Amino acid sequence: MSAATITYREAIRLGLREALARDERVVLMGEDVGRGGGAFMVTEGLLDEFGEQRVRDTPISEAAFTGVAVGLALDGWRPVVEYQFADFLTSGMTQIVNVAAPMHFRARTPVPLVIRAPAGGGFSGGPFHSQSPEAWFLRVPGLKVACPATTEDAGLLLAASLADPNPVLFLEQKNLYTRVKGTFAYDPDAPLAGAAVRRPGRDLTVVSYGAALHPCLAAAEAVAREGIDVEVVDLRVLCPLDWETVAASVSRTSRCLIAHEDHAEYGVAAELAARVAGELFGELDAPVRRVGAAFHPIPFSPPLEQATLPSAGGIAAAIRELAAF
Amino acid sequence: MSTVDRVGRDEDATVDERAELLRRAGYWLHLMRAIEEAGRRLYLQGRLAGSFYDGRGQEATAVGAGLALRSRDVACPLIRDLAVHLIRGITPEQAFRHYLGRAGGPMEGRDGNVHLGSLALGTIPMVSHLPEMIPVGMGVALGRAWRGERVAALAFCGDGAANGGVWHEALNLAGAWRAPLVVLVERNGWQYMTRSDACLAVERVVDRAPGYGAAGFSVDGNDVLAVHEVVAAALEHARSGRGPAIVEAHTYRMHGHGSHDDQRYVPQAELAAWAERDPLVLWERRARAEAGWTDEEQRQLVEAVEREVGEALERALAAPYPSPDDLAASVFA
Repeated sequence: MSAATITYREAIRLGLREALARDERVVLMGEDVGRGGGAFMVTEGLLDEFGEQRVRDTPISEAAFTGVAVGLALDGWRPVVEYQFADFLTSGMTQIVNVAAPMHFRARTPVPLVIRAPAGGGFSGGPFHSQSPEAWFLRVPGLKVACPATTEDAGLLLAASLADPNPVLFLEQKNLYTRVKGTFAYDPDAPLAGAAVRRPGRDLTVVSYGAALHPCLAAAEAVAREGIDVEVVDLRVLCPLDWETVAASVSRTSRCLIAHEDHAEYGVAAELAARVAGELFGELDAPVRRVGAAFHPIPFSPPLEQATLPSAGGIAAAIRELAAF
Repeated sequence: MSTVDRVGRDEDATVDERAELLRRAGYWLHLMRAIEEAGRRLYLQGRLAGSFYDGRGQEATAVGAGLALRSRDVACPLIRDLAVHLIRGITPEQAFRHYLGRAGGPMEGRDGNVHLGSLALGTIPMVSHLPEMIPVGMGVALGRAWRGERVAALAFCGDGAANGGVWHEALNLAGAWRAPLVVLVERNGWQYMTRSDACLAVERVVDRAPGYGAAGFSVDGNDVLAVHEVVAAALEHARSGRGPAIVEAHTYRMHGHGSHDDQRYVPQAELAAWAERDPLVLWERRARAEAGWTDEEQRQLVEAVEREVGEALERALAAPYPSPDDLAASVFA
């Protein structure tokens, strides 16, 4: 297998395979993950290799199978639950938010649970197959949230999520499953933390993560031709947040744009904007700006969806505006 | 699988075993009652933060079921089931420290009421979202069954919680996977202020059992030996790999939902009628008839429990509050 031909989806599959092979406590559960290979074929072949005991198809009962996974995690297993779409996390929300997340705080009992959920739009999935749910969960103490944007991070953050003793929401970007290619990495000792500077630059910092990282990088290349040198920071893990990397970058560039596919309002961009304004006010040469999906449900029709989600063009326009401030 | 009605006759037990079980049950019944009476007094005196939740009238269900558990079984007790925690190792002093939000309680003041539990003791810390603990307990038992252990999960819920979505999801999943799960429905008549009858589409919750491939059992929830026998049978059914079981224990919630609830919506005659069937009264009658229980033994039991509970409460009241210093540090493992 040539390393450079690995897709994001294959990287997650290889990561799950590593996890199953290395640790017999790992079990996969979810709708169609076994015989069917999952709605996005991420778990294809894993049933044949590891058997029904460890790769289990479930009824359409998110609350029940998430609850079972919490129980398994409490008793020392390493369950990995797949939600077919991140939109369906609402069906298991009580288990995630009120059972798993506060368990360690309440009872000092770790819940090493990984919840995988494909998030984001871009392919006419409509209001119930396109959402970016991270902001719903980031306000929940006790829950970690990872959002890989590259094949390398798909493997590394999956390994880190499985090694973490806390419940982790692993938000796969369905728009990247086949569109992003790269190498595979898997290291259980890698931390579930830390942002990465994906493109160094002097004039302006763009903070992003997940699928939106790619239009941010494209926008940075576009404005580079106009003489604007943009630094792009990939958060990689949304909780815990690597504030130091963001702060160091913004302190260098003195301008900050936060761009993600989730709605700009009330989410990661709002949190970062508040922290940049609150802690780096003296460093700033321009106001903090946010780019995200328009604040309405993600529509089905292609031109309506395109008008809703952030694009490289829209991000470039925001960069130009900030650079000229 | 058909619904089975059982009444309280430990047919397999010898007379001596039943007498011994009755004597043990008597201690736990009186201990739960005494702790909860003391807790309720603290609340009414304004000495207990939050509200207080007790299981008066339902002690036989908690005790009978708690004594039917084996050490590696896992239980998900709710707010009427203090005795399950006591039987599994929570001391009266720990219970009071917990109620009072003091250091040294099982949740170190992070949670209160009857929200406690520890997998080390075979219980899952309950959440208020009912009946969300059912699949969690099932997960623990299922994982142990995968490792070859012969265990079951015993998840408690009220007749109100039996109408929550996850109740149905969990039982269906247990039926589909033949998971070792027993759901014990305490048919106590009320979902907070509303009669549970008005909220059920079936006359008896256990009538739903065939829909989940579950065995169904009904029992007099105020008769501790009957509960013990039926729950033991249901747990054995689940442990044997034949799938889940539902036990419907007919009982009555003698107090309000919590001590803040004055039960103004409950007819006095109904309370009076159920008071005649108080689980401690029924127990004493059976203990005298079947275990040779004497007046002197009864006096000694009540005295011993009162002393134990009084001393535990005194120590708990003297205990310090937990420090807030490590609150943020305990969010993540």
